[in-house]
Amino acid sequence: MDIREIQEEIIDEFSMFDDWEERYQYVIDLGNSLPLINEEFKTEENIIKGCQSKVWLHGEQKDGNVVFTADSDAILTKGIIAILIRVFSNQKPADILEADTAFIDEIGLKEHLSPTRANGLVSMIKQIKMYALAFQAKN
Amino acid sequence: MLRVPGVKSQTFMLFLNKQAVNLYPICCKAISWQKIEEKKMLDIKAVRADFPILNQTVNGKPLVYFDNAATSQKPQVVIDAISRYYEQINSNIHRGVHALSQLATDAYEISRQKIQKHINAKHSYEVLFTTGTTHGINLIANGFAAFVKAGDEVMVSAMEHHSNIVPWQMLCERVGAKLVVIPMNEKGELIIEEFEKLLTEKIKIVAVNHISNSLGTINPVKHIIDKAHAVGAAVLIDGAQAAPHLKIDVQALDCDFYAFSGHKACGPTGSGILYGKEEWLNRLPPYQGGGEMIKEVSFEKTTYADLPHKFEAGTPNIEGGIVLGTAIDYLNTIGLDNIAAYEHELLVYGTQKLLEIDGLKIIGTAENKTSVISFNVGTIHPYDIGAIVDKMGIAVRTGHHCTQPVMDFFKIPGTVRASFAFYNTKEEIDALAEAVKKAQRMLG
Repeated sequence: MDIREIQEEIIDEFSMFDDWEERYQYVIDLGNSLPLINEEFKTEENIIKGCQSKVWLHGEQKDGNVVFTADSDAILTKGIIAILIRVFSNQKPADILEADTAFIDEIGLKEHLSPTRANGLVSMIKQIKMYALAFQAKN
Repeated sequence: MLRVPGVKSQTFMLFLNKQAVNLYPICCKAISWQKIEEKKMLDIKAVRADFPILNQTVNGKPLVYFDNAATSQKPQVVIDAISRYYEQINSNIHRGVHALSQLATDAYEISRQKIQKHINAKHSYEVLFTTGTTHGINLIANGFAAFVKAGDEVMVSAMEHHSNIVPWQMLCERVGAKLVVIPMNEKGELIIEEFEKLLTEKIKIVAVNHISNSLGTINPVKHIIDKAHAVGAAVLIDGAQAAPHLKIDVQALDCDFYAFSGHKACGPTGSGILYGKEEWLNRLPPYQGGGEMIKEVSFEKTTYADLPHKFEAGTPNIEGGIVLGTAIDYLNTIGLDNIAAYEHELLVYGTQKLLEIDGLKIIGTAENKTSVISFNVGTIHPYDIGAIVDKMGIAVRTGHHCTQPVMDFFKIPGTVRASFAFYNTKEEIDALAEAVKKAQRMLG
């Protein structure tokens, strides 16, 4: 699936929820089911700055795609990064760079997009795109 | 003509003649606050009605504002005074010959006198208007470069806000001095015996907070000041968290400097006060150069203005300074003793209520504490709790609260901090407790 299709799928999933509680519970569940990041990637270098909770993000290239793994010490943040990984992992660098992130708004997590929001969703997206840019330049 | 008891100044009469009734609430009501009989007890319904912002829903729930240690809400009299300043007397102060400038200058200087009385400073020129606590501390730390030499020491405590650490670190780096830290115990109290051991004649200034913003601890500042003076050190008190809760008496404390912010004490954002003893302010070099702070300027030599203007370069936050006086009046009509007593009730109730929650641990359990409860629930990240209770209309702060060394001491990433003000209620604390329980169920 391409990035837009995955985003549509996530929008569909979230449209089933009636209130914030169900949405947040789903984000928490996604966070709990995020595959473990290899401990060796939980380095100071991989910490995303601008987050109140700690977020580690690691990207590597596999068969021309960027593969992301991540972790966070806060579960809501981990859920959000799980959503981002579902959207952006295993995609081509050029597609990652082109993609927009308006779907976050559509799934009712708009408040996390604010630059003042301490979970640093904006910083996470920026870091994902930085990885894509770096791998694109390398290719 | 309108008569205000105890006010005889000619300029003030001019002010009353010109603008009399309309302007009365900005400056005059204030002057006679001592005459307003303090309410015997705090009438919480009436108090809440003074704060329009509290009467709203957030995320569909009634707003519960528990982020008072970050900034307080503003009563209607303060909001009105801001508008009235701009509607009626806005103009630049101290230099104008025209009537409006005179009115604004009078209002500004009357506010200074009001604050002088409020903190019991000896002279009104010992009261400097600043943009806030951080500004005040930086002004002193910067000026102290003239008195601190290589090998000297500057003392702070383990529970300082970054604003009362970084300016002193910068000073130490600049002159080659050493930063010495008063340690604290597991309850979040300063260890006074250690403080006394660290105190030597090498210490030139001690900078400590009156009340810790992340732990709520009320520090024994009078004792610290007396001991520091005995070795010849000056003392600056960071009163950011104290001004909204305690009666401050700078002469009784005998502190050399006392800094606080207006916005935490029901005043406008960007207003603040730095008190300094006359002899120190005379010795200290000016902080910023510019208009207002000069006596005479030529390209060869500039001579500086007298106090307080020497430290008030440029056009100040005029409205902020004037309305800070209104805010102080408001606090005094409620009565700081009433405020302290009621907030203590909230602290006791909140502590008991929150401790009923399984796995909840309070960080900061000093014997002498103000109405701040910092806590964590089990291993749940404070951010997760904060984000979920926000969805239920409750504003708390999460994170390190600009006190990273405190978090490092307790080996935690941060806390959830609920800080209560005199307009909060026990019902709101119940709502917080329920919201935290819900967050715990969702996150557990």
